[in-house]
Amino acid sequence: MPCDARILSTPDRLVERILWSSVGDVRSRAIDDALFDWPAPDPALKASRCRHCGAHAFPAMESCRNCGGTEVEAVELPRRGTLWTWTVQRFLPKPPYRSLQTETTFEPFGVGHVELPGTLRIETRLLEQDPARLRIGAPVELAFYTQYVETDGTEVVNYAFRMA
Amino acid sequence: MRAAIVGIGIHPFGRTPGVSGLQQGAVAARRALADAGVRWQDMQFAYGGSYSAGNADALGNELGLTGIPFINVLNGCATGGSALVAACQAITSGAADLGLVVGFDKHDRGAFNAQPAEDGLGDWSGEAGFMVTTQFFAMKLRRYMHDHGIHADSLVRVAEKAYANGALNPNAWRRTPIGFDEIQRSTMVNDPLTKYMFCSPAEGGVALVVCREDRAKRYTPTPIYVSAAAMRTRRAGAFEVYGTSVSLDDAPNATALASRAAYEMAGLGPADVHVASIQDTESGAELMHMAENGFCEHGEQDDLLARGATRIDGRLPINTDGGCLANGEPIGASGLRQVHEIVLQLRGAAGARQVQRPLMTGYTHVYGAPGVSAVTVLQK
Ligand SMILES: [Zn+2]
Repeated sequence: MPCDARILSTPDRLVERILWSSVGDVRSRAIDDALFDWPAPDPALKASRCRHCGAHAFPAMESCRNCGGTEVEAVELPRRGTLWTWTVQRFLPKPPYRSLQTETTFEPFGVGHVELPGTLRIETRLLEQDPARLRIGAPVELAFYTQYVETDGTEVVNYAFRMA
Repeated sequence: MRAAIVGIGIHPFGRTPGVSGLQQGAVAARRALADAGVRWQDMQFAYGGSYSAGNADALGNELGLTGIPFINVLNGCATGGSALVAACQAITSGAADLGLVVGFDKHDRGAFNAQPAEDGLGDWSGEAGFMVTTQFFAMKLRRYMHDHGIHADSLVRVAEKAYANGALNPNAWRRTPIGFDEIQRSTMVNDPLTKYMFCSPAEGGVALVVCREDRAKRYTPTPIYVSAAAMRTRRAGAFEVYGTSVSLDDAPNATALASRAAYEMAGLGPADVHVASIQDTESGAELMHMAENGFCEHGEQDDLLARGATRIDGRLPINTDGGCLANGEPIGASGLRQVHEIVLQLRGAAGARQVQRPLMTGYTHVYGAPGVSAVTVLQK
């Protein structure tokens, strides 16, 4: 595995994943229902857009952090964008971090901000941690991975971006 | 009317087993009071705080419960700076004549583990590994180096200077110089930053006695005047710590806002500053903050650092006490340590690390999560 978390699905492998999930041996949920729907046929990140000034926010807010307006609408963020900046997390974060890994099994993981055209730059896990392959401006696309597994076996899924 | 700093006190930074953060604050407070030749009972107010070591007003149990207004300040890395801003406002408004500002802390080893709810974020951001400040600094720096063509050697030079200065400071935590190669080859923590380019959470305490400008000479022959003290928070659209999303239009960050406000308040500009303490959570932060505080153009840092312009013998000495890199970061005390150092430098009392040129004006800048900054301009 190149990353501390297993890649559950990317848009092209999603159907396969959901069929597998429906067999009943693996249950999964979104790390936070506010971020994206899971499972879903073609999940996108859920943001808000201010009806007054047009500013976006992710995760979605009920009011606008730019102008304070209280009329916002739900929008989906683009699934493709470009890498704006990145680093590699090379030590196991303390709690509240939750993962499948321990101090001894920890593998570094990529973190970045990706620019999604016309909307926002958002903070994200990257499904790539090789500095030689992480390049500012490179195309990236939305993906999902298992962040951790709950005691009852439920896989907790988070969003990420991978090099497109 | 300005406020004047007439007494300063510090408890050495680093690790002091068996001494609580509060006790370190009390040591600093007693030293500051003695330095000004006043008693705790003379204080008309006190403002102070810590992040991990309890409420500052518990100092009353150590120093004496005198009934004064003691306001606890909790404002992230700007805790000390915010306490000083409030104290200066109390003095300049005429509400009080003489008071104490104090900051202290004692943190566990390893990176800070902030809880997302403290900053209005969902639990998921902590679970996903985003509540790690070192990541933010590395990502901001990566983009900055890309945009302004900064060479990685400059990151090493900042750290090398910090440990060299720390070696000259008896109150510093890390007092051994570390060479260029050792810094460069130390373990990569968050690319492009290695272990010796980061500060570590630590312990320490600092206190200041402040009074009305027109009474300062009663307490000391060398008062240092607070010509500006400004604190600012983040604006929408700025790239700051713990931001899960940012709009595409770049807004000035908290540092730029606080810096601008302070220059305006003091009626001077960066070219008038002779010595500065600026936030160096990691070496890239110092490098970026040099430009954000107006001391150079963006991208000019490679050349300045290669020429040693920010060393004690350089054109603009920065972090002459070794900064956060050599002192560690006790959050509540860190911003006041910067002020303590500039007061020493302006008094000409900084010992082995004294800048050997006439100094009239000094500057301090602190920055931290979730996008707060406090700046002071200090003058003889
Ligand atoms: Zn708005």
